[in-house]
Amino acid sequence: MKANWKLLVENSMDGYHALPTHQRYFSQYLADIGMDTSSWAGPNRIQGIGLALGGGHAVIENRARALPITGTAKQELDQIRVRLVERVGPERAHRVTDYSRNLFIFPNLILISSWHTIRTFYPLAPDYMEIDAWASLPRGESPELRQRRFENFISFLGPAGFGTPDDVYALEGCQRGFAAWREVSWSDISRGMGREQPSSQDELQMRAFWRRWHALMQRLRGPTDCSDRAEQREAAE
Amino acid sequence: MKTGAMAEDAAPFTVGEIEAFLIHEAALLDEWRLEEWLALMTPDARYLVPPLDAPDADHRDTLFLIADDRRTLASRVRQLLSGTTWAENPRSRTRRLITNVRLLAEQEGKARVTANFAVWRFQHEQADVYVGRYLHVLVRGPSGLMFRERRAVLDLETLRPHGKLSFIL
Repeated sequence: MKANWKLLVENSMDGYHALPTHQRYFSQYLADIGMDTSSWAGPNRIQGIGLALGGGHAVIENRARALPITGTAKQELDQIRVRLVERVGPERAHRVTDYSRNLFIFPNLILISSWHTIRTFYPLAPDYMEIDAWASLPRGESPELRQRRFENFISFLGPAGFGTPDDVYALEGCQRGFAAWREVSWSDISRGMGREQPSSQDELQMRAFWRRWHALMQRLRGPTDCSDRAEQREAAE
Repeated sequence: MKTGAMAEDAAPFTVGEIEAFLIHEAALLDEWRLEEWLALMTPDARYLVPPLDAPDADHRDTLFLIADDRRTLASRVRQLLSGTTWAENPRSRTRRLITNVRLLAEQEGKARVTANFAVWRFQHEQADVYVGRYLHVLVRGPSGLMFRERRAVLDLETLRPHGKLSFIL
């Protein structure tokens, strides 16, 4: 991708770009395959939380939302849930199956649970990176369910999915915009600052990354807490 | 000749008509006449782009770049024409060269066809070229040839620096 690698960190755990950037996925593709998209868009859409995990790591957590596979393999997924409840109990099974998480491991590893994807990336130049991504699958599932999982993955992800190309386009567009850094020298990521619990639509998770990155660039030991609360950051240093 | 045993709509295919069909198809795609292009697909058609490291794989047991059925493909076309596919708004300029057309096999009214392609894509002062071969299954429809399966096999080792495959290959 012809963009700085840090833009993909932001993009991978940014909760609010999804609806405008991926408008065609939610309002067209999901509707075209007959899915109810109200969990994604509209007044009843579900808000999640953003957390700084310390050390620059961060996560956003949302209630699990409708995806192609929740329609095409509902029965199989319900059975998996039953087995999970038996194995780990209802509370933990609820945490596992009813939430999705985009987990960022500083500095360049992303796990996105709703797509079961692992993504990493390496800068080759300030404005170019190479990206590797994997689809992970449970062992021992039926060929039919496996095919549903493939369909679910490529409906959004990959170079030809109905999501990823628009991310590529947006990030490369941002990179071109950043050529104006002399005139516009700040990228504002203050959203949700000072909120007791920032939502997944806020930018705490990005600030956690940037604070850690900045500290390392400045050869500072900290901050390792990376939260919005200065007293916690100072205590952690 | 097997024509005696075949249905009336299964007249033998000729390389000439297949070549003309593929060149017409390429023009529809380059001119972004995507609804007309979609009409070339049978109701059970598939549009497949296998992964670069497994060109001969089966989409049912391998993760493909694209494994559209007719419904997904219709959605793809609708999205591309809607103006909200940001990756293609403004749309790429493409120019396709289709060559080396061969009729590989013919049975039960279906033709297995291959052709080489090179598609240049120009967008934001970048030029990317996508090179590969098609492997199609063609049938006769009410008003000409149609795709039963349309498979585009890329020769590229990676999609770098292309990054995305947001138009129809």
